[in-house]
Amino acid sequence: MTQQETPVRKIPVACTLNGQQTEFLAAPYQSLLEALREVVGLTGTKEGCNDGNCGACTVSLDGRIVDSCLVLAAEVDGRQVDTIEGMAPPHGLHPLQQAFLEEAALQCGICTPGFLVAARALLEREPHPDEHRIRLWLAGNLCRCTGYDKIVRAVQSAANKTT
Amino acid sequence: MTTTADRPAQEFKVVGSRPIRHDGVDKVLGRAQYGADLKLPGLIHGAVLRSPYAHAVIKRVDVSRAEAATGVFAAITGDDMPVTAPKMVDMVEEVTNLKWSSQRVMAHGKAVYRGHPVAAVAAVDQNTALEALKLIEVEYEPLQAVISLEDAMKPDAVIIHDDLEGDHLGEKVSPTNVAEHTRTEFGDPEAAFAEAAHVIERTYTIARAHQGYIEPHSSTAFWSPDDKLTVWTTTQAPFGVRSNVATVLKLPLSDVRVVPMEIGGGFGGKIGLYMEPLAAMLSRKSGRPVKMTMDRKSVFDATGPGPGGQVTAKIGVDKDGKIVAATADIRYMAGAYPGSSISAATAGIFACYKVPNVRIDAYDVVINMSKTAAYRAPGTPQATFASESLISELCETIGMDPMEFHLLNAAEEGTRRPDGPVFPRIGNVACMEAIRDSDHFKSDLGESSDGKLRGRGLATGYWNGGGNRSSVTISVNDDGVVSLVEGNPDIGGTRTTIAMQAAEVFGLPAHDVHPTVVDTDSVGYNDLTAGSRTTYASGQAAIEAAKQVVEEIKKRMAMIWETEPENVEFEASVFQNKVAPDQRLTFKEAAGKLGQTGGPVSKTGTVNVRGSGGGSFAAHLVDVEVDQETGKVQILRYTAAQDAGKAVHPSYVEGQFQGGAAQGIGWALNEEYYTSPDGVMQNSSFLDYRMPTALDLPMIDAIVVEVPNTNHPFGVRGIGETSIVPPAPAVGNAIADAIGTRLYQTPMNPSRIMEALANKRNGKNGH
Repeated sequence: MTQQETPVRKIPVACTLNGQQTEFLAAPYQSLLEALREVVGLTGTKEGCNDGNCGACTVSLDGRIVDSCLVLAAEVDGRQVDTIEGMAPPHGLHPLQQAFLEEAALQCGICTPGFLVAARALLEREPHPDEHRIRLWLAGNLCRCTGYDKIVRAVQSAANKTT
Repeated sequence: MTTTADRPAQEFKVVGSRPIRHDGVDKVLGRAQYGADLKLPGLIHGAVLRSPYAHAVIKRVDVSRAEAATGVFAAITGDDMPVTAPKMVDMVEEVTNLKWSSQRVMAHGKAVYRGHPVAAVAAVDQNTALEALKLIEVEYEPLQAVISLEDAMKPDAVIIHDDLEGDHLGEKVSPTNVAEHTRTEFGDPEAAFAEAAHVIERTYTIARAHQGYIEPHSSTAFWSPDDKLTVWTTTQAPFGVRSNVATVLKLPLSDVRVVPMEIGGGFGGKIGLYMEPLAAMLSRKSGRPVKMTMDRKSVFDATGPGPGGQVTAKIGVDKDGKIVAATADIRYMAGAYPGSSISAATAGIFACYKVPNVRIDAYDVVINMSKTAAYRAPGTPQATFASESLISELCETIGMDPMEFHLLNAAEEGTRRPDGPVFPRIGNVACMEAIRDSDHFKSDLGESSDGKLRGRGLATGYWNGGGNRSSVTISVNDDGVVSLVEGNPDIGGTRTTIAMQAAEVFGLPAHDVHPTVVDTDSVGYNDLTAGSRTTYASGQAAIEAAKQVVEEIKKRMAMIWETEPENVEFEASVFQNKVAPDQRLTFKEAAGKLGQTGGPVSKTGTVNVRGSGGGSFAAHLVDVEVDQETGKVQILRYTAAQDAGKAVHPSYVEGQFQGGAAQGIGWALNEEYYTSPDGVMQNSSFLDYRMPTALDLPMIDAIVVEVPNTNHPFGVRGIGETSIVPPAPAVGNAIADAIGTRLYQTPMNPSRIMEALANKRNGKNGH
């Protein structure tokens, strides 16, 4: 038995992560999700399925939401990545985070980071979406606890407060 | 036990309010640590080689090449696992034989389900571990897979376990795949059917459906050189994992410490053991902490969904529509090892009604698929799909309004549940009346667009809920804030609902009680977070601890005021000397004086809540629209009324009603295991196992009914599970109302709807 590093040549990645210039080494097979969690150490982005069907790993890549399990880490070189960890201002919460708390929009909380990142992207584009639009936008994020009712209401509530 | 039934409604200050949950900020910031988020010095990663066959003899497993690969620290097979003697353990929602638990976590000579672990490795990282699995050589001799009730129960059935001794109405039977056949009888149903004005009997098939928690299982173990084992895991049952891991690995109970991580959903599916013993053995071999996280496919293949099966139900009524007799034959497929909640199914199937003559047969049948697990009101949604669909069809046949039928026949306080217990004060009728009085019930269905048909369905449901053992420790800080230590993983806000009950006793704001969920070395024994017991039973432990704290502070105040403790009163968060009323201190002021009057105040409340959790009934009403061209069913409007006894935090009570309704709608319309004849699940991803998305559902109106529970000081009932019971029959009844023919099978997906419509055109019915 040998206990040395596996001989895989890693790829240097330099990106803007939550507003900070960040450099890390990623294995060629590593997804952005795995690199964020295992290399950079940001575990707020969650893995639910690792095949792009649950949205728990949603992050923003150059302002567009993506399932980070479907993006290779090496692909984000030179780009802007925003995760749940960068959502709140210092000593505060983003209005969506506050609304999720006030509306009881989370139960177990595992899907919450993905929903928050996705919902922020919606409100940045459309400050006042109607219920159908919110449901359509969030259809890529699965929640098994809430039945979505309180999540949709939280997004509506955050939208109403940002007039 | 304090009772509230004979008292006027209590006034509450904290209970019934809606504070922000204590763990909420961590969870919206992404800081909460779930199972897979754990980092430890020297951590390595495990992976499991799983059987590609549903049923096969394992002739040889050779891990030597994997073990020798670069970056691999250890490999194990079934031979490395201790052999566990048969021992039955009651996990509240599951009764498990530890021999089966042990065999389930790692195959011993035979794989009995697709995904059954055959070997495991630990390596420097996940990728190296997965690559090493490819180096393991396994020689299988495939056997015929048994994957249906018919195949499992036929006289010449292929036998899955040679050593399974079935209990068939008290008779020991072997060999068999039928682990248990039970019967509950009361009165003379045959005589009553013979005299009934109408009798109806139908058979229903229910698909197995997965709990679908978004977080895959993740367990980490470190086996220290002094033979102390620490397990960090995502579980509903840290104390259950402690005792079961100790038994399976033959360790002294107290040498195992289980640290419950934040849990990303469970619904009953995170009670049993999965990878904990494997991670422990890999850690023992490697000397490193080992983390094992399942991928989604393994979650579907190898963890427990709720059982599928077949239920035949028969009901007879007199000329007024009153039930005179009911019988049922319930057959559930437990998966590869026995235990499919047939007793809960027996308790639940006719629980909403007065049934004077009854007989219920139930069969627990093993098949070559992963062992089923508890799934929210285990066993009850399946059985209730049969009973509530049948009652709807009966009402149609005899021309009776379903609401009228339910109210005429509803079980109430004093009614004997078909399997024996007599109901205490319950909210069955109150829930039905809440639906009857709702805007939804009074509304029109509205006009459907071209080619679409609308319908409305009603159904009821019941879950008893459990009590059992809990321990909560409360310590008073100098500033009058109290810390509360508990042992129930918080899946849906129970830190807060437990803390609120203590806060109510103290007259403090909810946020002046700081709850923490701790490991098994740091708090007294707690049964699991399941069975709708956590807020109900651990809440009582918190109340008990808080009362002890108040009594102790009274003694301290008596010391300061130089009076007897019985002269000190505590009301509205103020201690006062009855004899000298100007001597008064608020709880917060008193807290600052404890150090000088005998030292810190810290008290533990322990309870073993016996008997019924009080029972929570629900009534659900749903409007659907069926597209005749595609067979797609759209949920237009949904209302769920349920008895919470007293809602501690109404928002999270509503959330339980809404979440259960959504899961039930998924089970009704889409969710199933689509399995090949050789027992391989064909849809083991969230793409193909189709759970409801935000777009599939409307807002779900939650009506919180409050009929106080006589078994809880504040009247609280456990409410987490009942909400999944009524949706499938409610949706089925709405579809029948829309299309004028019935489906007798879940899921009621587009192809089955199209088939039902075609059959109707051809003059055939579905049963």
